[in-house]
Amino acid sequence: MAIPKVCGIETEYGIMVRGADNNPVTASSLLINSYLAAHTRQRVSRIGWDFEDERPGNDARGFSLDDALAPEIETHLVNAVLTNGARYYVDHAHPEISTPECRDALEVVAFDRAAEEIVRLSMTAARQMLPDGAEILCHKNNSDGKGNSYGCHENYLLSRDTPFGRIVAQITPHFVTRQVVVGAGKVGCELPGASADDVPFQISQRADFFEEEVGLETTLKRPIVNTRDEPHCDASKYRRLHVIVGDANMSEVATFVKVGATSIVLAMIEDDVMGDDLVLANPVGAIRAVSHDPTMQRTLMLKSGRRATALEIQWSILERARKYERSHGLESVGDDVGADVLRRWEAILTGLERDPDSVADVVDWVAKRRVVEGFADRHGLRPGDARLKALDLQYHDMRAEKCLATKVGLQTIVAAHTVASAITEPPTTTRAYFRGRCLQKWPLDIVAANWDSLVFDVGRDPLRRVPMMEPLRGTAEHVASLIDDSDTAAELLARLGA
Amino acid sequence: MAERTQKQKPTTTGRTDEEVVDAPASTATGEKLKAELDDLLDEIDDVLETNAEDFVKSYVQKGGQ
Repeated sequence: MAIPKVCGIETEYGIMVRGADNNPVTASSLLINSYLAAHTRQRVSRIGWDFEDERPGNDARGFSLDDALAPEIETHLVNAVLTNGARYYVDHAHPEISTPECRDALEVVAFDRAAEEIVRLSMTAARQMLPDGAEILCHKNNSDGKGNSYGCHENYLLSRDTPFGRIVAQITPHFVTRQVVVGAGKVGCELPGASADDVPFQISQRADFFEEEVGLETTLKRPIVNTRDEPHCDASKYRRLHVIVGDANMSEVATFVKVGATSIVLAMIEDDVMGDDLVLANPVGAIRAVSHDPTMQRTLMLKSGRRATALEIQWSILERARKYERSHGLESVGDDVGADVLRRWEAILTGLERDPDSVADVVDWVAKRRVVEGFADRHGLRPGDARLKALDLQYHDMRAEKCLATKVGLQTIVAAHTVASAITEPPTTTRAYFRGRCLQKWPLDIVAANWDSLVFDVGRDPLRRVPMMEPLRGTAEHVASLIDDSDTAAELLARLGA
Repeated sequence: MAERTQKQKPTTTGRTDEEVVDAPASTATGEKLKAELDDLLDEIDDVLETNAEDFVKSYVQKGGQ
């Protein structure tokens, strides 16, 4: 049976400074340090990220490029761990937040929304550190419209027993076609030579940037399936599928269905019920063809020789998921959450087929396109007009008063108090609980943290590393009373036998 | 072309009438959204960056992952 689909999202935010020096690396550091100083007990990012076990160069196909990739890890940049179990850091030239490990798609939505609020709080806090009138602007998007892209990555726990070749073959049709459900929409096209008249509006932010079917890269020649083999847990038992092909969503329902549907498809692949009949003849060509066609009429060539539209392939995957629900159940993704994912996924496909505008309250690209086309009609604007691109950017603007996504009537599925709580409280359902609670209770005794360990310094003794190699150990059920009953970190370590 | 099969309508296996009725994608939602869009377009002139062209031009990011 499929193992529990522990999951999470990492988002790189667009950043620019107005009214002061616009250096994105400095600005990202300032943004994060301002948040830490104003809203946490950490003065700056005193608790370091522990890179001991990081191996971003390991390839799931069985080799390592770690030496070649080593300069990518810039340990001197700000790198903080938050009490909600998340990581908040500077990656390349962007502020990035990784949600804590979550047990299901609904938790991911809560922590992804909390991440947005953390960025908003950071922008406000940073104003105090900048000259009068200067401000840092952040956007939850994936491209600047000029050929520069940055990611919103998803992560899913898989069994090491699942052959990687099967994962690549069977998840690719979903990655190529799920855009019609969860694409964030983009004004214009960033392929060399394409004009605004060729592609005035497309479904995905990211599709223009994918050049390979499978590979280790994340910053150039991006592959549809990324092979980074760095599970951040027991590598003899688990894989972590690092998904780089998605858009950052503003719609909560889109994030929910993106993570939920992909979790279900991966569970089906693990249980080997997905099959190879949807394999595409040319996935890289297809991912762009789907994105560039908001009418959703274009057909894709399958390896079998059949042709099908992205919507038809999505229907076919959904039908398999329904059948899987009946034959295997959805325990691996959470029974109730899984059932809700299937219901919403189907409602979106139905709406897209009959009247796309009817799903403008849940599908980001449809919501954005309505605003852009409505505005162009009203003012008689041609494709390529800067005001249309400004609308696109502002859809993702993290300033509450400027953000168009918060004004277009998107449904919400996570209550405001749940989001507020997720800013500081970890999930109770994964090892992130142990990480978050320890950081809340003993911030001065923890010198380093990463996904699979915490390092304590309790004075007299050498540093003590507590390994957390099992994503589903260290939950509230396992350790809440242990933490509650320990007055000091030393006491906790004694009880743990560490 | 031999390899090219007839374009198929989406299959309906597993989709019952009941489920379709349950889908929230109704015309009423569509009309409500249309009215809201008109209101939103009224509002956008105030919300849109005052100098959209400069804003778009200055929005340059370093590539990330």
